[in-house]
Amino acid sequence: MKRKDILGIAGLSPVEISVILDLAESTKGINERTVKKVPTLRGRTVINLFFETSTRTRLSFEIAQKRLSADTVNFSVSTSSISKGETLVDTAKNLAAMGPSVVVIRHGVAGFPHQLAQLMQASVINAGDGFHEHPTQALLDLMTMREKKKEIEGLKVAILGDIARSRVARSNILCLKKMGAFVKVMGPRSMLPFDIQKMGVDVTSSVQEAIEGADVVMALRIQAERDMAPRFPSLREYNRYFGLKTKHLKYLKPDCIIMHPGPINRGVEIDPEVADGPLSVILEQVKNGVAIRMAVLLLLLGGRSIYEIGD
Amino acid sequence: MKLVIKGGRIISPGDGIDLVGDIQIENGVIKRLSDSQTDTEGADVLKLGESIDESTLNKEFIVIDATGLIVAPGFVDIHVHFREPGYEDAETIETGMMAAAAGGFTSVVTMPNTNPAIDNQSQALFVLSEAKKHGYVHVFPAGAITLGRKGKALASIGEMAEAGIVAITDDGDCVMDGMVMRRALEYSSSFGVKVISHSEDKTLAAGGAMNEGIVSTTLGLPPIPPQAETIMVFRDIALCELTGVPVHIAHVSTAKSLDLVRQAKAAGLNVTAEVAPHHLTLTDEAVAEYDTNTKVNPPLRTQADIDALIEGLIDGTLDAIATDHAPHTSTDKSRDYISAPFGIVGLESAVPVCLDRLHHKKGLPIEILIEKLTVGPARAIGMQKGTLREGEIADITILDLQKEVTIDPSNFHSKGKNCPFAGWSLTGAPVVTITAGKIKMMDGKLVC
Ligand SMILES: [Zn+2]
Repeated sequence: MKRKDILGIAGLSPVEISVILDLAESTKGINERTVKKVPTLRGRTVINLFFETSTRTRLSFEIAQKRLSADTVNFSVSTSSISKGETLVDTAKNLAAMGPSVVVIRHGVAGFPHQLAQLMQASVINAGDGFHEHPTQALLDLMTMREKKKEIEGLKVAILGDIARSRVARSNILCLKKMGAFVKVMGPRSMLPFDIQKMGVDVTSSVQEAIEGADVVMALRIQAERDMAPRFPSLREYNRYFGLKTKHLKYLKPDCIIMHPGPINRGVEIDPEVADGPLSVILEQVKNGVAIRMAVLLLLLGGRSIYEIGD
Repeated sequence: MKLVIKGGRIISPGDGIDLVGDIQIENGVIKRLSDSQTDTEGADVLKLGESIDESTLNKEFIVIDATGLIVAPGFVDIHVHFREPGYEDAETIETGMMAAAAGGFTSVVTMPNTNPAIDNQSQALFVLSEAKKHGYVHVFPAGAITLGRKGKALASIGEMAEAGIVAITDDGDCVMDGMVMRRALEYSSSFGVKVISHSEDKTLAAGGAMNEGIVSTTLGLPPIPPQAETIMVFRDIALCELTGVPVHIAHVSTAKSLDLVRQAKAAGLNVTAEVAPHHLTLTDEAVAEYDTNTKVNPPLRTQADIDALIEGLIDGTLDAIATDHAPHTSTDKSRDYISAPFGIVGLESAVPVCLDRLHHKKGLPIEILIEKLTVGPARAIGMQKGTLREGEIADITILDLQKEVTIDPSNFHSKGKNCPFAGWSLTGAPVVTITAGKIKMMDGKLVC
């Protein structure tokens, strides 16, 4: 199995997804050792190119790279000359001049990593593009679900929040559908994109309806509106009608798990009692994030058998 | 100087002509059009497909052997952006005219969204005088509806009309204020210029980059709903009804807009409409690779829209095919999908795309296709073009329906290479363009 880029879940086959998850189980083992470092990617340069601020995802990638002994270079818009004014071709040339093996890209516009990947020899990993995809997030979410629920096929997953502007939602929908899960999305109509049901999901605007019978409930981060035409009146009102609240706990299956891609807006999309409660696996997601990103890097760069690093 | 086009199938829908015969041109004017043979004794014969000695073109008496070819009135494109003044990196009036002639067109209507905008007499005169320097095609400028295309105060419509504009439009922007649009229609009616509506509710389209549908949902790009177009098509039809002044709807892209135009025509309103080749051949699926050459306004829609639009050509709801030729520099297009500007070049791909995809593949009769590229657009704007009559200026396009071409933007005369048809192999192409009796393009090469 060899591919140049990981641009989205859309381009991955179920077999590839399973291979990445299996590999991540091995890399997770490295993370639990005292010496959390293997020499597999020694001498390889990885550039983290972030056009959007993201401490968590960037850090997660960076830790993954360091544990594999890769040389990492971080570019963020504020500290580099690469700005919005530069053309794609220029950006690609400048990056190529640094001779990276992999470029990890986050950008505020859908498709940017795809455009750049076509112009570059190096592998590209999409770390989030606009409202499009965030494949490593979906993979780490899937890994967490597999750990807790064993079987993905037939699993009932509810995704709550701003579906229209969530790359996490899109990648998770694609990923879960590929692996045979049922997905229900919930949000006010103003946050549900046109024809979303055509992605094979059930749609509701009722929290209770979304979470009843669900094996997994995933809440997405809601941010205050800066748009001209806001999708909701206030965070307070969002919480009241669309937040995952303590009062909803009684509708949840006892073995349901609560997930969130972080960072959490407590008291907006999720009440603290729910986020910090016994059903929450949010910190497990963070751990799996490093393992998945190590697995993805190994998959793209590992010349030898990717299973070798397991022990 | 004498030029005879011999033995071609002459099709001129505006004159009810469809015959095999000859056209004789003298001093730039059609002298004779007949199904009988013209005496061509002593003439130099130009055979297409063979290398042509440029000096032959300057001979006193030339014959073009058009056997097996279609001879049509010179094609008229009522929607082009030549970018000058202000954006000469993207296109100039000269390169735009070259692209038009190379693509089989002899007349174009230039949009006023230059910098500065064409909103007063001296700007209109500038376009006309630039065009006069280069004889490739006839250039008919459109002026702006409002000053600076800002949608508020009326531009100098009367003075621009006196200078020679044929239409007014804020194209690229919609006149959002209904009262301003109403006044523009009423006022302009004294001056015989057509009002062209760029129908787009800017508040609904705000921030959008592609058609709203399952594809935009999947790709995560901000959407432009089809209703942003239909709402304004409806408003401007309603204003036509209110004022009794004709309205021309630019670049109709949705089935719903088309229905509105169809109903308006059935109700006897003087509404005309055009459609762009890309809206007849490409869907929003083409955006999937984030190629910014697919970013256009109105955006690429769906197959159902394409099917409806082709039907609209056949039943007469659509009067014209117009390219909306919108060149941009490769620098501007080499950006992320949201930052990249809207626009597709069309002059040098339109005719092969239409011949192949509409005539050959969809069975659109050639007479209808020619109508939509000649008399249809000319009548919609009120230009005396698109016909073949004795005594008229000789603007002629010759087509080879079997010619195989591959679209290669690097060969375009236009500065704009932003073409989503790059690499398409197509059957059918213009092989000769004659403007005012002079051969301007032959076998795809410009001559002058
Ligand atoms: Zn327009």
